[in-house]
Amino acid sequence: MPLETAAPATPAVTRTEVRERAARNRKLGVYGARAAVLAAFLGLWEVCARTGVIDPFNFSQPSRIWAQIWQWVTHGTAQGSLGEQIGYTLYEALTGWVLGVVGGVLLGIALGRVRFLADVFGPYVKVLNAIPRIVLAPIFLIWFGLGPASKVASAVVLVFFPVFFNAFQGAREVDRNLVANARILGADSRKVTLQVVVPAATTWIFTSLHVSFGFALIGAIVGEYIGATKGLGLMVAAAQGTFNAAGVYAAMTILAVVALFTEGLLTFAEKRLFRWKPADAGDGR
Amino acid sequence: MVHVDPHEAGAVPAIELTGATKRFRTPSGTLHTAVRELDLTVAPGEFVAVVGPTGCGKSTTLTLVSGLEEPTEGEVRVYGEPVSGINGHVGFVFQQDAVFPWRTVLSNVMAGPRFRGVPADRAREKARDWLSRVGLSAFEDRYPHQLSGGMRKRVALAQTFVNDPRILLMDEPFSALDVQTRALMSDQLLELWAGTGSSVVFVTHDLDEAIALADRVVVMTAGPATVKEVFTVDLPRPRTVEAVRLEPRFVELYREIWASLGEEVRITRERGAGRAA
Ligand SMILES: Nc1ncnc2c1ncn2[C@@H]1O[C@H](COP(=O)(O)OP(=O)(O)OP(=O)(O)O)[C@@H](O)[C@H]1O
Ligand SMILES: [Mg+2]
Repeated sequence: MPLETAAPATPAVTRTEVRERAARNRKLGVYGARAAVLAAFLGLWEVCARTGVIDPFNFSQPSRIWAQIWQWVTHGTAQGSLGEQIGYTLYEALTGWVLGVVGGVLLGIALGRVRFLADVFGPYVKVLNAIPRIVLAPIFLIWFGLGPASKVASAVVLVFFPVFFNAFQGAREVDRNLVANARILGADSRKVTLQVVVPAATTWIFTSLHVSFGFALIGAIVGEYIGATKGLGLMVAAAQGTFNAAGVYAAMTILAVVALFTEGLLTFAEKRLFRWKPADAGDGR
Repeated sequence: MVHVDPHEAGAVPAIELTGATKRFRTPSGTLHTAVRELDLTVAPGEFVAVVGPTGCGKSTTLTLVSGLEEPTEGEVRVYGEPVSGINGHVGFVFQQDAVFPWRTVLSNVMAGPRFRGVPADRAREKARDWLSRVGLSAFEDRYPHQLSGGMRKRVALAQTFVNDPRILLMDEPFSALDVQTRALMSDQLLELWAGTGSSVVFVTHDLDEAIALADRVVVMTAGPATVKEVFTVDLPRPRTVEAVRLEPRFVELYREIWASLGEEVRITRERGAGRAA
């Protein structure tokens, strides 16, 4: 009975304090272990590369990757400054994402609400969804050229479908009682859609937003990789072309950081938007 | 829109169901009759409680009156006019929670007037008035998930009353609440209703509640529902649930209604057991 040893005067306070301290320690422990895992992984990689256990020409090594990133940061890349490349990729991904999300949400809700539309377009959507959409990237390159438009198009087709299906499902699964209540309270069909179906479907839509931003980045990067004048994907392709393994890894690292950062922004927006939900439910990742 | 000549108001029943039948198509393709040949009349300003075995068709009857569903046969009239679609004079408190979880309490109560095109200022004023009447003024900024079950029901009441419905349909509104809260809510409902002069159809499984609240208690048969017997509750108003329960007449009525209802409940149970066997 370890708790009985605590001071008997103000047991409630001490117990809370003990619990808080335990929680804090646990958190620190988790962060510490995470950092240790990363350090061990990078350390092992570096050591193996230096001792020749793995071939540094193919697998590179953390110090070289870091040097490459540092060089890009200070001296810029072959296509221009690093910031410009990141901005370019983000611009393409973001544009494609916004277009795909808007299209997916609008069509998903429309088809979810209007039976006739769902019956007519349902099979076509399924067929389009069955196409492995990443193979469209070369076609878009032919259609839209080397500029951002072809990358935006790849991002749009990748983003559209998951968002569409989630919005469609969300609109279909709206609590019938809420719709009945809104109608009784005086809402016409348009108000039911905008003020009941859309808010009820936002949970569904938001789950897809997380995943789909990743897809938008993939679309932009693959598009750039195939053919572009600027962007992170082009940096990967260029590094690969000159057998610069460190360059490939460095570009990937930058990509990961960018993706994590935008993911954090989305989570933040979600927390603001879902204040009406019980605390633990909004955490669906 | 329903228009009622004030001189005729007494003559035209608020709700009139004649030979109303409702059939649903079941997933297996057969027809299931939920309500059969139902005749029921509710006068303006009257409080009618409906009791009946579970699954007999009480909720379905209310959806017919509200216009959410159409009868398969027969006729439903509200203030003399056949029901077609939702009628703006009808309020409906649902069996399940139906407040909007993404709106605050105030915004939930404002929803009805806003849907009906009342300007925001005026809607807010009305909503605040009703929130104070149900004792939730201090909670207007909360979201429904931050309220207790009883508080949510009061939000639902305010949300319905704020539209000044002339016909109030209530489907087991208090069934999810504990006994004490239920008694308090019943008293509150009687208070709220007293000022409005609206007609109420109140579905419940609780005979105490039915007798304490209503002018008449309608007993439904085992499904498909039709009216079995109607009891007039001749207890003086104003009533409070706790006081009225102790009157001898109350106990007498309770016994009569229970005898009538008990038979239907038994039939329903035997059917359920027979099907399961
Ligand atoms: N939309 C529907 N489709 C098919 N059958 C339905 C539908 N709604 C209700 N029913 C059936 O109609 C019958 C009556 O249902 P209803 O909800 O009116 O019962 P109830 O008297 O309100 O029951 P309870 O007291 O348990 O709420 C039930 O057998 C139910 O299965
Ligand atoms: Mg019911």
